[in-house]
Order: sequence, then structure tokens, then C-alpha cells
Amino acid sequence: MKITKDEVLHVANLSRLEMDDESVDKFVGQIGTILEYVETLNQVDTEGVTPTSHAIFLTNAFRDDEPGEHLDRDIAIENSPEKEDGSFIVPKVVG
Amino acid sequence: MELYKLTIHEAHKLLKNKEISSHELTRAVLDRIRDTEEKVDAYITVADELAMAQAEHADKVISGGDISTLTGIPLAIKDLMCTKGLRTTCASNILENFVPPYDSTVIRKLKAGNAVIVGKTNMDEFAMGSSNEHSGMKVTRNPWDLTRIPGGSSGGSAAAVSADMCIGALGSDTGGSIRQPASHCGVVGMKPTYGRVSRFGLLAFASSLDQIGPLTKDVTDCAILMNTIAGYDPSDSTSVPEDVPDYTSFLRKDGLKGITVGIPREYHEVQGLDPDVSNAVKDAIRKMTDMGAECVDVSLPHSKYVVSVYYVIAPCEASSNLARYDGVKYGFRDKDKTTLMEMYRSTRSQGFGSEVQRRIIIGTYCLSAGYYDAYYKKASQVRTLIMEDFKNAFETCDLIMSPVAPTPAFPIGEKVDDPLTMYLSDIFTLSANLAGIPGISVPCGFSADGLPIGIQILGKHFNEKTLFSAAYNFEQETDFHKRKPLL
Repeated sequence: MKITKDEVLHVANLSRLEMDDESVDKFVGQIGTILEYVETLNQVDTEGVTPTSHAIFLTNAFRDDEPGEHLDRDIAIENSPEKEDGSFIVPKVVG
Repeated sequence: MELYKLTIHEAHKLLKNKEISSHELTRAVLDRIRDTEEKVDAYITVADELAMAQAEHADKVISGGDISTLTGIPLAIKDLMCTKGLRTTCASNILENFVPPYDSTVIRKLKAGNAVIVGKTNMDEFAMGSSNEHSGMKVTRNPWDLTRIPGGSSGGSAAAVSADMCIGALGSDTGGSIRQPASHCGVVGMKPTYGRVSRFGLLAFASSLDQIGPLTKDVTDCAILMNTIAGYDPSDSTSVPEDVPDYTSFLRKDGLKGITVGIPREYHEVQGLDPDVSNAVKDAIRKMTDMGAECVDVSLPHSKYVVSVYYVIAPCEASSNLARYDGVKYGFRDKDKTTLMEMYRSTRSQGFGSEVQRRIIIGTYCLSAGYYDAYYKKASQVRTLIMEDFKNAFETCDLIMSPVAPTPAFPIGEKVDDPLTMYLSDIFTLSANLAGIPGISVPCGFSADGLPIGIQILGKHFNEKTLFSAAYNFEQETDFHKRKPLL
């Protein structure tokens, strides 16, 4: 098996996803098949090949540091499910 | 006259000559949506009132003598481009009630031209899918056969254009998401060069691959939309400061003499290539040779690794991009949970559908300690080799032609539980995103069952003009784009 049940649970935890046993079993099978397929990449000799993260040649996109238009604070947080006095409300973080 | 059947350029002419009003045109399109939506399910949100108000405004602008090519034209927008004040869901439960406080750059440009936005179209959730079956909202059906998928992820936009439920549309393409549904629905779809169109306000899936582009009833409309949406945008640091030519100026019926078309030999070996697709594409290439194009054999030696590279890189980028959906800033939150960690987990697990979760897991796994080099770095290195393949091929040809998808639209439900088989159907489209090059899908035939088939034309970076020239000349010699599904 390319990926174990424990690994799926570990990665789910890193991704902040919770999963019942049924989903974990399904993912172990499906993701295992995908990762096995991806193994074909090992046939390619990539010694000394520079990785590409961006397909178009661009140097740094600098701009002048000038204040521009921005969203009003209340509008910016308007979509938050819970908010108060211009701030986001979240459940208690420290005990 | 059935106004909803018009193309952008036909409607523009009538609006300009004041033979019709945008009010009449928009009303006709909204009525058409009302009559056909039950069958096709192309839209997540139809913006009746907003559209009629925009149409009234467009009519005022026109009567003032100020008309642009898109003034008063009803367009559909894939539901992942931010539209100020108009719900934008990404077809995900996690954004079910998200109303953007600003317009994406492409929408700002359409509005500046006084276009009319009739609604937001269905898609696979977060653009992850090739069939629209992974939408968290509904499954769009192919107007040519309602038991089949429209393609994905811009399936709603493609189906809406094909069924005349809009005059033109925008989609986005991360691995074929404009070209493949365009092919399956018998319309024209272009993925521009990476960086040609601003991604500002586009909900991100895989940032090094995503690009916005048009889905239209013909090649001329595609060029018209590109004229408006292309160009540098300081709000998108990956947009490229290159001048935008007038793409319609390359639509001249002067044949294909002097154009060299490369046919990748590796594509003959693709398994599961449907004979109807193969024959339609061969016929199209023969036609282009008759029109003066020269065909040469080219090689893209790393073609067989394209699916592997893509399905590592895209999930890696997605897992990072989708970390922002945490129930705090926008979208759905499970309010019953009392600790932050429980709230994150429950919100994300309820909010994301299974394909999105699958890709987040794959991406996080491939980026996690101990696996980064074996998966992400390795895939990024092979991506370099794929780009070099194209660079080498384009030394002997101007364009590369291939099928868009190995088969015509498949039946709904056929591949939904078999993700790898679904991924393999993206074989012809993924490489353009990995290499950042432009591609267009143009109708080139029909299967024995009457399903549309498209041909894909790929070009060099920022060479959309040659794509337009070839696509236009081919289209003028054929009538595939004029056929309509019976609804």
C-alpha cells in the first residue's frame, strides 16, 4: 500500500480535516492508486534539472510604495461568520 | 428573431444600429435561461434584476453614442470570479453565502465596457474536476445529451454558451477546464498564456497554473472577449507587462500558407483514444493542410509524465491555497464547536466536498516532511523537462495540434468514483498549463452519436494571434460551430 491509514489520518490532521473510518478507508485506496501512478516519475533522470515553479520568465514585480484605495475595515470583514467591533470572533484559543 | 442565439459580434452590430436594445436582448437571454435551466442546470445564480438594471444602463450609454464591443451584451461568469455584491460560491458549501466586497479585475473590465452579467455558472468545486459532477451545488448536463457530463471544470459556462443561455462566457483553466468543456459542448474556448489575463479576484486553485479565458459561440467572439480581459494588472504580480494586440485584427480569411503545424508523435500512443475523436482531428488537420498549412512530425518525449506531474503540483498548490478557508474570515463556520481546533476541523470537513478533500490530502502529503523531495520537487523538475519539450518542438513548428479530450462527453456517473481514470482523461490539456502556453479548442466534428468534438491548437508564449488566425481560417471553412443542440 502506497499510503497507510495512519498516514492519511496524520495528513488529515495537518490539513485540519476530520474523517470517519469509512472516508479514511476510501482515501487509503484512492490516494494509494494515485500515488502509485505518480511513481512513474522515478523513471525520469532529473539529476541537475532546475525545478520550475513558474512557467513565465518574470523578475521581481516591484512597485512604488504609495498608499492606494483599500476596502473599509467593516466591509472587509463583512463576510465573517462572527464579528464584533471591527474584529473577527473565534472560539477560545488559550485555556 | 430569437435574440438569445446571437453571437457577440452579431448582437453588437444590431445594438449599434439600434435595431435591438440591450433590454430586449437581456430579456431574451433571461427568458431562455428560465425555459432551459431545468434541463441543463448551468447556473448557480441568475442575476435577473441586476442584469436588467445593467441592460437599462447600457441602453442609455448606447443612446449617448458611446458603444464598446461588449456594451449591452449578456455574459455568464464562472462562479469563481469575484463579483461585487453578487454571491460567488466556487460551487462549494464553504462559500455558499460569500458575497464579494470587490470585483475581480476581469469583471471590472467587463463593467467598464458596460457588459451585462446575467449570472454565475456552475463548476466543479474549486475548479477541481473534469465533469462538473464534483460541484457542491448541482450537476450541469450536456445540452447535446442530457445524460452526459458537460465537461469541467467550466462546465456551466460551456453548457450555457452551447444552449444559448448567454451570449458569451468566462471560465478558468488550470488543467483544461476551459478547453475540455468547450470541446464537449461544441463551443470555442481559449486558455491564454499564463500571465496574459489578470487573476486578481479569481478564487485560487493552483496559482502557477490558473488562467481566465473566454468560452464563446465562435472564434471572433473569443477574440473580442480577449481584447477586453487581457493585459497587465498591477494587482496581480504574475500578470505580464506585454502589450495586448487587437486580436480581431488576426481574423483574416487568408488561408494558412506559411504556418507549420506540429503533430506530436507521442499522442498517437495515447490509450483509450476514441476512433471518432481521432478521425475528426485527422480530418481537421487534413483540411488545414489543404488550406496551405505544412504538417511536421514533432516529439514531446515527456508526454507520458504529464498527468503525474500535474496531479502532484496542482494538489500541492491547492492544499496551500485552500488553507485560508478556516471559518474565520468568510464563508461557512460550524458554530457549535468550542475550541479553535475543533472549529477548524469541523468547518473544513463539512464545507469541502470529497474531491477537494482528496486533493488537499494528496497535496499536504506530497509537501510534508520526508516526501517533499520525492514528490513536489521531482514533479517540478519534470515540469522543466516538459517545458523544454515544447520549446524544442516550437523550433520546427508554429502550432501544435491534438485532440482536446480522448473521448466525447462521457455519461454522468461513469468515472465519478474512479479519480485516477478521471485524471487520465486530462492527458491532452494539462501540458499547456504546466508550460504556461496558450491553447484554444475549436469545434471540428461530431461523434457517431452526435456529440461535439474539438481540436486543440497550442502555440508559443504570448502567440495567441497565430492561434486565432488558424482557428478562424478553419472555422470559416467549416460549419460545426453553427450546429445547435436540440433542447
